[in-house]
Formats: sequence, structure tokens, C-alpha cells
Amino acid sequence: MSVIEARNLRKEFTVRVRAGRLRREKRSVGAVDGIDLLVARGEMLGYIGPNGAGKSTTLKMLTGVLTPTSGEVRVCGLRPVPERTRLALRIGVVFGQRSQLWWDLPLRDSFDLLRHVYRVPAAEHAARLRRCRDLLDLDGFLDTPVRQLSLGQRMRGELTAALLHGPEVLFLDEPTIGLDVVSKQAVRGFLGELGRAGDTTLVLTTHDLADIERLCRRLVVVDHGRVVHDGTIAALHDRYGSRRLVVADLDAALPEPPELPGAPLRRVEAEGHRLVFALESAGAAEVVAALAGLASLRDISIVEPDIEEVVARLYAGPGGLPETFGRAGITS
Amino acid sequence: MASPGARLASLAHGDVTSLEIVALGAQPAGKVARSGTVWLRKEGNGVGSVTATVAPATESNVILWFRTFGAIAGSGFRRYATYRQAAVAGAVTNTVFGFLRCYVLLAVAGAAGGAAGYDREQLATFVWAGQGLLAVVLLWGWTDLADRIRTGEVASDLLRPVHPVTSYLATDLGRAGWAGVSRLLPPVLVGPLFFDVHLPARWPTVPLFVTSVLLAVVLSFGCRFLVNATAYWLEDVRGPQILWVLASGMLAGLYFPLPFLPDAVYLALQFGTPFPSLLQIPLDVLVERDSTATQVGLVAVQVGWAAAVLALCRLVQRRAERRLVVQGG
Repeated sequence: MSVIEARNLRKEFTVRVRAGRLRREKRSVGAVDGIDLLVARGEMLGYIGPNGAGKSTTLKMLTGVLTPTSGEVRVCGLRPVPERTRLALRIGVVFGQRSQLWWDLPLRDSFDLLRHVYRVPAAEHAARLRRCRDLLDLDGFLDTPVRQLSLGQRMRGELTAALLHGPEVLFLDEPTIGLDVVSKQAVRGFLGELGRAGDTTLVLTTHDLADIERLCRRLVVVDHGRVVHDGTIAALHDRYGSRRLVVADLDAALPEPPELPGAPLRRVEAEGHRLVFALESAGAAEVVAALAGLASLRDISIVEPDIEEVVARLYAGPGGLPETFGRAGITS
Repeated sequence: MASPGARLASLAHGDVTSLEIVALGAQPAGKVARSGTVWLRKEGNGVGSVTATVAPATESNVILWFRTFGAIAGSGFRRYATYRQAAVAGAVTNTVFGFLRCYVLLAVAGAAGGAAGYDREQLATFVWAGQGLLAVVLLWGWTDLADRIRTGEVASDLLRPVHPVTSYLATDLGRAGWAGVSRLLPPVLVGPLFFDVHLPARWPTVPLFVTSVLLAVVLSFGCRFLVNATAYWLEDVRGPQILWVLASGMLAGLYFPLPFLPDAVYLALQFGTPFPSLLQIPLDVLVERDSTATQVGLVAVQVGWAAAVLALCRLVQRRAERRLVVQGG
């Protein structure tokens, strides 16, 4: 059963543009342009796209904050906008860029207020809070007013606040933005644990692709308000031909670039002292063995495909990808 | 850890027609039947969920609503109580201005010993209670909603299971409670030390005054909410805010008691605008300018205005949500 169903979801904003000295023209700008999305219970979905692609707008329509211009949406079987208050009891939302906590209250009071707002039985609330306190290490700052918390502490507080009523779906809009490495790891670890349990559906938008790689099996990429990829990360690599790379550092540059079957040369760097091969049909061991026969190797390393590179090319636009990718660029 | 039975009991305030409990600890999965079907299943992450479908409109729902409302109001009290220095500064200012206004009005009353139906004691009470109520009713200086609309944080208000007008109203009542302690008492206690004041002589005046102040707070909240809500359309509320400050100061009876105006004008203001209900009416009720029956009538006018403005708030909020653009990100 799908927890989230969206069919041909659209959102257009009206903007006024200057058209002469005094005249303003209304122009409609499509932020989301026909998105279809089915998310099953317990799924962890990464929802990514460049700035302005329509990620946050989609999230706001799914949570009932924005009214779609057209299209069908159901979240937990409810229509988000007309049934927003009922839906609010069943979803949790974390916005990385803004706070849902009460600025002047200590976390402990905020959590207690949320218990009343969501009408959670006391024992239930206590058990969930205890769990979050352990996993997110909240004890050091439970009594500090929110305005005095560091960003990392506040984000851990936000996550807890979003989970205290036991939501079926958790929407996270850039939850790791601006966080240091340790806090990012804490947040990712916590979300990973939540996802592995399999009862909470997670929808995560982010610009930090490491979040996606660690957490989400399924990746939906949007651009210009449309879905341009929906599948696993591996499928994305396959689709755009991103490969594992063998990077070989040589003692001396070869007179001419070597040709290895099943592993085309991608780049030549450091005046011919470094060669980068893409592993297509050949295995890493074959390439290394072949290279050892051709030249004296100083160092060798194997690089996993870089999701950022794939996504950057995906964002750059349709058609731009197949031609430029997988071609050996000589950069020496 | 409470037993499933105990937790069921705590949930079953109303007639529970269907109930799903996701267990939090290491409880065995199983099925329990109790006034309907109950599923218990273990959830590994410990952050479980409860979904209960409760029969609508039972008495316990009303109690739960008041409990939620009370909790939000309590948090409003605590939030404003964190700013103690601001409260002291405000109370001092109100008191100092109390002297100023009191001397001016007593000068107006002059040798005649009264003005516009108020005697000297009534005028002193009008001023000092008015100085105290100013911060309780809070005519000015509230831009919370407008700020949240401007920054887009209003989105979080919409993601709560409580109607925004209700939760903002509850918070404001909590704020008014704190102002009642920190801002109402100082001028009301200081004034009588330096001036002869009128104290209520009839017992119904006291409950009527308390009701009148409560209604004034609700009405003032509603007006402020509407002024702030223009930010949904205008993005910047400075214009409406300035108009509001001008109109409310003049027409609520803060600058001078409204009966100083010609009767026809005052009556038109009283019935035709919400402003006199904000300050003039509670103060008139307190100084016993009129008979008890008229006092009740004045409070009824306030009830009408408070209900009308709250209804308008809900309407405006609904229209605003339909056209809402959440700013940034």
C-alpha cells in the first residue's frame, strides 16, 4: 500500500513582472510541472534536484501547506490541504532552514507542549523521548532555551520534536544543512536506525548527496519541476555510464596513451604521470595487471563512482550528459 | 513501561471505534480484543505510533481541547515570562506616563470637579487602571505573525494539528496572564498612593470587569491578528500597522476618555467600531459610570465584537492559506 500517492501534481506561482514604467504584468511560473510519485510504507526516499527544481514546493504540497494548482495527492490516505489538521497528527516535518521549536522555551518545555498539542498519552511520550534522548544525546541541553542552542543541537531537538507523536511519514527538508561532520553523522545515524526499523516512511530532500548515499535506496531526481530519474543509485550510475575508476601513478610518463580492452582511458594528469581508466567490461585486477606490464607503477587506487558528478551532469540539462560523459578529457 | 491495557485505558477517553497501537518496548506481538479490535505490533526503532479513531463530539473531546488550549496558554505565559527586564522597563514607563496623564485629566476636570460624567476619583481610576491594562490588552507592538509570514516560518504553524487562530489566541491569553502579573499590578498599586481613586462599590462590577478585560484581550488579539495577516498579501505590514496604532490609540479611549466626544459620535464608535471595546468599555465598567444593566449591555457589545472579529480571523486565515506562498527554501 502506498503511503504517498501523487498524480500529475502541478504548482504554478503568479509573479508580477515589470512591463514598462508603471505597468506590471502577471506571469505564471511553474514550480512543479506534473510529478507522479508513489511511495510505499517504510521506504526511504531521497528527493533531490538543483535549487529551484521544485523539491520544497513538492514537500509543502505533500504536507498540506501549499495548495496544488492541479493534480491528485494522497498522504496516509488523506488529502493534505482539506484534511491538514488530521494529517498533521500522522506526519512529522523537519525543515533544516527554519525552526519548529519555540524560540524562548527550553527543549524540555517545547517537548511537553508538543505532547499536549498532539495529545500523546504521557507514557508513550516519555518512552519516545527517552529513546530520542539516548540516540541523539539530548541530555546536555534539554534545559537550555532554544535560542541559545547551537545549530547541531537545535537540529537534534527538531528531529525529536518531529517524532514525539510517532508519525507514519517523516518529511525532512535539508536536515543536515550547515551541520558539522559530527552532527551530520549523528543525524544520519539516527535516521538510518529509524529507516531500518521499517515502520516510518522517510522522504528526504538534500543537497548533500552523502546523506542520500548513506540513507536512501531509492532516489528521485527532479529538475524544472519534473522527475528526471526515479530508481536506485546504482541504476543512476548505470544509466549515465558512471564507472569505477582505476587511478595509476607512474614513475615515468608513457610515450603514448595505452589502450586497454574494456577500460578506456578517461584522463591523463600530472604531465602523463597519472592515468585514469574507467572500468567498463574489464575488472580492476585485469587493468592493474596490464598496467604493471606496460609501465613501472608508483601507486594505484580504485575510486568508486562519484554520485555528485553524475548528479551535476544530470542537473546541467538533458542531452548534455551522454556526449560529455565517458569521453577521455586530456587535462595535462 | 505501562501495560498495553493501561495504555489502552488512557486512550479510551471517548468511544474508541478503532485503535491501532504500535508497541514501544519489547512487548510480544499479539491481538487483543477490547471494545473493538486492537492490533499490537512491535516496532524495533522504539519511536512508535498510535492511531486512534475516536467517535466525534464526545464530552472528553471537549476536555481534551481545553487541555490543549490550556497547555498552549501556559507556554505563552512562560515564553513571555522569560523577558523580565522588558517587563520591569515597561511597568516603569506605564507608571511614569500614568502621572502625566492623570495630572492632565485632573486639570481638565478642574474646579468643576468632573468632566463628561466622570468625577475626579473616577478619572484617576480610569487613568491608572488604563495604564495597567495597556500591556494586558496589548494594543501595539505585536508582529509575531507578520514576522513568521515574512520569513516563511508560518509553515510550521500550519503543520500543527491545532487551528492557527486557536493556537495564537491561546498563546496570547498566556501572554496576557503574564502581563496581568507583571504590568497591570505596578500602576494599579502605585496610582492610589498618590491620588484619590474610585474603588468599585457594587459587587457585580468585579466579575463584569474581569469578563470585560478577558473579552478586550480576545478582541485585541483578533484585531492584531487581522493587521498581521495582511502580510499574507502585502509581505510588509508597516502601513496597516501604523494605521492601527493611530486608530486604536485615538478611538480606544487611551488618549482621552471617549465620552469627551459628542454623544452621537461616541455611540457610533461604540457600536460601529471595535475600538471602544478594547479599553474604554472595561474602564467604564470598572469606574461604575453607569448602572449595572448598562454595564452588562457594554459587555454584550464586547461579546458581539469579539465573536465577529474571531470569525473574521478564521475567514481571513482560510483565504490566506489558499493563496499562501511560503517564502524561501
